[in-house]
Amino acid sequence: MADHLLEVRNLSVEFHTAGGVVKAVKNVSWHVERGETLAILGESGSGKSVSTSAILDLIDMPPGRITSGEIRFDGRDLLKLGSAERRDINGRRIAMIFQDPLSHLNPVYTVGWQIVETMTAHGLPRSKAQSEALRLVTRVGIPNPSDALRKYPHEFSGGQRQRLMIAMALAMKPDVLIADEPTTALDVTVQAEVLALLKELQRETGMGVVIITHDLGVVAEIADRVVVMNAGEIVEAGIAREVYHNPRHPYTRKLIGAAPGKGEMHDPLPRAEPVLKVRGVAKTYGTFKALDGVGFDLMAGETLAIVGESGSGKSTLARILLRLDEPDAGEALWKGRDLFRLSPAELFALRRDLQMVFQDPTQSLNPRMTVFQLITEAWIIHPEILPKAQWRTRVADLLAQVGLRPEHANRYPHQFSGGQRQRIAIARALALEPELIICDEAVSALDVSVQAQVIELLNKLRREMGIAFIFIAHDLPVVRDFADHVMVMQKGRVVEYGTVQQVFDAPRQPYTQALLAAGLDPDPDVQAARRAERLERRPA
Amino acid sequence: MSNVPAMTEATPLPDEPSALRRFLRMLWADKFALAALIFLVVVVLMALLGPVLLGDVAQKQNLRGRNAPPFEWDRGWLWWMGADSLGRPLLARIIVAARNTMTVAAGAVIFSALIGTTLGLIAGYASRRVGEAIMRVADVIMSFPSLLLAVIVLYILGPSVTNVVIVLAITRIPVYLRTTRAEVLEIRERMFVSAARVMGASPRRIVLRHILPVVLPTLMTIATLDFAYVMLAESALSFLGIGIQPPEITWGLMIAQGKEHLTRAWWLSFWPGLAIILTTLSLNLLSNWMRIALDPTQRWRLEMRGRSHG
Repeated sequence: MADHLLEVRNLSVEFHTAGGVVKAVKNVSWHVERGETLAILGESGSGKSVSTSAILDLIDMPPGRITSGEIRFDGRDLLKLGSAERRDINGRRIAMIFQDPLSHLNPVYTVGWQIVETMTAHGLPRSKAQSEALRLVTRVGIPNPSDALRKYPHEFSGGQRQRLMIAMALAMKPDVLIADEPTTALDVTVQAEVLALLKELQRETGMGVVIITHDLGVVAEIADRVVVMNAGEIVEAGIAREVYHNPRHPYTRKLIGAAPGKGEMHDPLPRAEPVLKVRGVAKTYGTFKALDGVGFDLMAGETLAIVGESGSGKSTLARILLRLDEPDAGEALWKGRDLFRLSPAELFALRRDLQMVFQDPTQSLNPRMTVFQLITEAWIIHPEILPKAQWRTRVADLLAQVGLRPEHANRYPHQFSGGQRQRIAIARALALEPELIICDEAVSALDVSVQAQVIELLNKLRREMGIAFIFIAHDLPVVRDFADHVMVMQKGRVVEYGTVQQVFDAPRQPYTQALLAAGLDPDPDVQAARRAERLERRPA
Repeated sequence: MSNVPAMTEATPLPDEPSALRRFLRMLWADKFALAALIFLVVVVLMALLGPVLLGDVAQKQNLRGRNAPPFEWDRGWLWWMGADSLGRPLLARIIVAARNTMTVAAGAVIFSALIGTTLGLIAGYASRRVGEAIMRVADVIMSFPSLLLAVIVLYILGPSVTNVVIVLAITRIPVYLRTTRAEVLEIRERMFVSAARVMGASPRRIVLRHILPVVLPTLMTIATLDFAYVMLAESALSFLGIGIQPPEITWGLMIAQGKEHLTRAWWLSFWPGLAIILTTLSLNLLSNWMRIALDPTQRWRLEMRGRSHG
């Protein structure tokens, strides 16, 4: 058998934890060739990044333990090498980039210093390293490269930071680049650019790329082959196109089926008197205009999706509507009363009608309260809703309504999975019997299949209880199956507003079109066609 | 977080044992904390019963037994630790002194922690102006030499247990105040606080129900460390003659009195010093255990240990 560039054979890793021994990966085997991109696809907890951590010797042992397998690189088994030899390989021959570049760049050094440092650490003379750093930063497309080297990480945008990480990883011309969710924290338009850069660099250097992702779109865009992982095992492996079109394993089928943006779009509700009229909301932080004259109407039982990239002001708008922040100007008429001019007592009474579900349920649920305490807090604050005698049964009802079991009431949030936690947060919002729920990126932190379940739950609540939703997202496909109207925001302004069909099928504004085009389709063929189109449009 | 096994929809739910049983089991799992608790119970019993049972013995002078060395078994168990420069048995004196020591230390720590935490919560959550005002008061207390403050106040009010407690409490308030405020400023921006505000929770409820429980473990650790500091500060005051006055005794005072005989009779200062060390150590171990036992996300560490080694 011919030697592969990098090969993982029958790797098993286990961790000793509270619940006993957890087998993180079981008999995992994959390989990557020179010039090839392999995607490891899996949801959180699938063990998708364990094998690459083993390659780079990043597993803490104990509690971790490698129980079987070998990692072949350069004709040697990495697991049998000493730590000095492995350090020499790490960074120089096998490099890695991470999901969140900000936490992997040292904030107290300039980026130029840090890039030079990686090279001098592996024995390159400083003068040579400096000219090489300049070349790399130019290559990854940072504007004003010589100035950029003197700047600190916080002076760059998220996409630029990821480019700098890539520059740093490529400093030693590695044979293999491992990218762990490299674009998950980035906006869609930036994501497409970073992936394109990775592909270009790969073509130039001929390195093998291993990309770890939960996103079928990323696989479709960049991967030649894909390995699908579930619960620590590889369930399917093959050419990316074939896996997408002919998935053999039920889990792969489920994953592909759960990708958002394929269902029926909603017909718009008949026009009626809106319950919420927002006009001219403005908010500035210093000189930064977070919101600039934002307005919209919302009817009872309607779902409005607000879509925009980071910095578009969508979350600020949500916080202002709930009076978590104060606006500088504008009005928001809820059933004819201006939310922004209510006294604290009036606002308190209205709190029941307007509720919010936050992005990250890990942070929005107090970790020291049980589910029962979390839900009943609503009734402690608003005692008129429910007499204490009925709390137990109502909590059980609510939990059943969001798909949890009544006996979950005595548990703490950390004992649940991410999706279950978001259900608890929804149950808490429902406890107040609201008429409007604002969901701020409520499904963004969840796995695709869980995302689909939560959206299904919200859909059910809307049908059965007639609750209106303002659904904030950075991603267009997520809102496609769920929203009645879509509002696209950019830099604090409303760019486009229309029914879901109009925005998706016939977007009028260039920004909306760019946003739709940048979104990654899970179908590799669609992505290939889009790439070709992009290349044509680009001046040669 | 990543170490906690993820629950899936199918994970079965075992019945939870009663709270008391769970706590006893968690205490059993941490043998150091158990030993610490037993020691502290002994100290508290000493403080409650000591003066009644041994008050006379501890004060009776015996000039033939001056600076009697420890471990002379034929004298009887009260002399087991030796005797001080007036021939009073050290063991009896330590037991009797436990009451004053505990009153002063616990009193000062509890008062300063209560006042400091309350002010810190207000300074952290109330308006900017109120917060700044409170912080400047704390700065004034901190910039004033605490021993000088103590000397002035005790000189005016006259030395007594109550006054020593008051003075020590005041000088230690800023420690709790500043820590609490810093933590509150961070926690108030967390999402579960926003979630509570959206529900309409009052500031009082947010502070007491959502913020205080998160700050409490840090404060408890500081308080146990402060316990030792306060005991020694009290001995310094007593040494200057404005703290606890003989014939009343405290551990700190015993150390101070033993100082002049240190080269000839080390045990005079050693035993009360050991008592202070063991008490603080026990408090520290216990607070460490409590920090884990009271945190639902950390509790499994103790419960696991109980199961695998117990």
